[in-house]
Amino acid sequence: MAKVTLTGNLRLYTAGVTELEIKASNIRELLRNLGKEYPELATQLTDDLAVAIDGEIYQDDWFAAIGPDSEVHLMPRIGGG
Amino acid sequence: MAVSAKRVSNEKESEERVFKWVGTRAVRPDGVDKVTGRAKFGADLHLPNMLVGKVLRSPHAHARILSIDISAAEKLPGVKAIVTREDFSDLESEFVPAGEMMVNYRDITRNVMAREKVLYEGHALAAVAAVNAIVARQALALIQVDYEVLPHVLDVVEAMKPETVLIQEDLLTDGADPPADKPSNIAKRVEFGHGDVETGFADADVIVEREFNTRPVHQGYIEPHACVASVSEDGQAELWCSTQGHYVVRGHCARVLGMDVAKLRVTAAEIGGGFGGKTVVYLEPVALALSRKACQPVKMVMTREEVFKASGPTSGANMRVKIGATRDGRITAGEAILHYQAGAFQGSPVPPGAQCAFAPYDLEHVRAVGFDVLVNRPKVAAYRAPGAPISEYAVESVVDEIAKKLDIDPIEFRLKNASREGTKASHGPKFGPIGLVETLEAAQAHDHYQSPLQPGQGRGVASGYWFNIGGQTSVTLNTGEDGTVALVVGTPDVGGTRASLGMMVAEELGIDLDKVRPMVGDTSSLGYNFLTGGSRTTFASGKVAVDAARDLVSQMRERAAKIWDVPGDEILWYNGGAIQKNGRGGLTETLSFRDLAESMGKTGGPLVGQASENVQGAAPSFGTHVVDVDVDRETGRVEILRYTVVQDAGKAIHPSYVEGQYQGGAVQGIGWALNEEYIYDAEGRLENPGFLDYRMPVCSDVPMIDTVIVEVPNPAHPYGAKGVGETPIVPPLAAISNAVADALGIRFSELPMSPPRVLAAIEEAGISK
Repeated sequence: MAKVTLTGNLRLYTAGVTELEIKASNIRELLRNLGKEYPELATQLTDDLAVAIDGEIYQDDWFAAIGPDSEVHLMPRIGGG
Repeated sequence: MAVSAKRVSNEKESEERVFKWVGTRAVRPDGVDKVTGRAKFGADLHLPNMLVGKVLRSPHAHARILSIDISAAEKLPGVKAIVTREDFSDLESEFVPAGEMMVNYRDITRNVMAREKVLYEGHALAAVAAVNAIVARQALALIQVDYEVLPHVLDVVEAMKPETVLIQEDLLTDGADPPADKPSNIAKRVEFGHGDVETGFADADVIVEREFNTRPVHQGYIEPHACVASVSEDGQAELWCSTQGHYVVRGHCARVLGMDVAKLRVTAAEIGGGFGGKTVVYLEPVALALSRKACQPVKMVMTREEVFKASGPTSGANMRVKIGATRDGRITAGEAILHYQAGAFQGSPVPPGAQCAFAPYDLEHVRAVGFDVLVNRPKVAAYRAPGAPISEYAVESVVDEIAKKLDIDPIEFRLKNASREGTKASHGPKFGPIGLVETLEAAQAHDHYQSPLQPGQGRGVASGYWFNIGGQTSVTLNTGEDGTVALVVGTPDVGGTRASLGMMVAEELGIDLDKVRPMVGDTSSLGYNFLTGGSRTTFASGKVAVDAARDLVSQMRERAAKIWDVPGDEILWYNGGAIQKNGRGGLTETLSFRDLAESMGKTGGPLVGQASENVQGAAPSFGTHVVDVDVDRETGRVEILRYTVVQDAGKAIHPSYVEGQYQGGAVQGIGWALNEEYIYDAEGRLENPGFLDYRMPVCSDVPMIDTVIVEVPNPAHPYGAKGVGETPIVPPLAAISNAVADALGIRFSELPMSPPRVLAAIEEAGISK
């Protein structure tokens, strides 16, 4: 089970829960399973999101692999000038 | 300008490999065109029957549009088309990624052409295409607009008050807890951090808490926004424009105008600076709409006044930062409350500002809260490391004050608390290989930091951070029949990336750099490319260019195997040619890149290397700046005496352009710190929309900026490169403020530290002249 931390405003859609464990082998599965567990959160799992897996930040990459012991952070998308 | 490269232990290919081109200071392929005037910028294209487009802009900071009457203007001879809000469909609220952060199509269409209200001075109301500029201006004067002028608000703190006029009447604060039930000018609240800051502050021996204010500053690109649009009667369209991302322009314009993406071909002209400000659309949809209506090409070029009044800038802000530390210099907690101006539409860079605020520090207890606030100013656009210079200015100022209070050297203090590989960042994830400590150590050891100051002078230090990004990228290598290669990329070249990308391709192919011709293709010539921004081009386009070159080498090896009639896995690529692994045919027998290119028609057809990826793994870059200042006690002018930038580049592909990024970012930061600000009158009208009164640094204002390139390789790039363009603008604000505090004993908490503001503080403090 991946250890998932929700950053930013996402806790508002999980009744304050920011740390949880989710079974997922990639980002798409993670987002689907999170949405199932927290239906209100599903509306926030949009393009405005980055996912850090073991410290490496992924954007728009559904199939990035998540290991069974991975540390995963959901955070706002990163841009730049 | 001294450069010393420090290498740090690693197990990467970049350390094992001896480079021929990477790491050299090759001449840029666009250099001759730039210095001879041949380079074609946004306004340089001329087409037959081309019209001139001009925009009617609001004189009011906030007003309801009661009516727009274009009838008289339409009758003026020479006027070919006029567009207003009636010519743009209203779009539903839909957020999509743009340069800085998400943008909302509902807002884009209203920013391009005002609908219900004008929301800032300069907001576009109508546009005319005419046979020349004189007629176009005459037509603008004939357009009648009736307004109901409304109260306006420019200040971020005022804008948050419940009694203040609402800029968007239906705006509910996203992220409020409990959910907002009344509209306000606060578009969003975000919070990051971990631990319990109150526990951390309870453990502190010293706590410093300060309030800071910064002003909006413009990106200040020399070339104004410019484009030429040509729409044919069958709906096919071409657009040439000055942009950091022509694919993003294509997407935005197609959506705003209801066009098919494939029917719009966008070409990125040479760009005279962008710095984030050319990641959005202003003129482009308007020029296309005018051209569609007139069935003639239309050129539009902003004046400098329009650039200031209707594009960019980045946010001004109000902030409160509190940091606690133990006597021995260990930070126990940090907290930042950030209020950023968004302009008239939501979307300030306060989320990354909050994420970056404490990034240089390994903190057990940290909290950063950000508010995105509407004001009657132009919608902010990205500007190098969006949001980070502002928040890190406040944090790095307080860090300096604490170090002073504890009588600890400011670099020592930072080293005691520095983020390292494995540190849990204040925004959540753990850092991978980062080079903050290496930049601090290099700064500490630098001759600059060790040199004595004269009486009255001051020295300041600050560190800075930016994430960097990758993103969607396509690269094609077209092999010429003479063994040359056309390298086609889709990321506009804003800082010498055609040179660095060409060098990486030449390195992989093993051919001379002058045999590689890099160019930026239009949107129809290769797959999708996200824009040049987020310091992604040398990293992401570089990685994909290397992969395209490896694809080409693989095809070359297969052709050589066919020619020699041996299995493909027996062919090696060495020094720009194919050789056989086992010596059959003799090791001296080689098929060079040129040999294989010349015979490609006979061996299977054109040789095209290609790679398309959504690149991940952009490693962040940290930097540390050291600056010496003197302050004229009679005028309040701050003089930059010496300035040194130390930053991690991962691997400097082209050291001169890395240094150029370091120097350019530092100089823009110097302007932000010392002079740049928007000055409005009581009616909300900008009083200094020109470079004479909006004071950016010029050569005589700054010394040569010294640079030190630290190299802690990025494992996700074939040679270890990290983005470098954003971070150098982060530390200057605090570094200079800390230097001024060291010189005068006065700590400023408001930018810019312009001569009148500094002189007033000197006089108030009773410092002798």
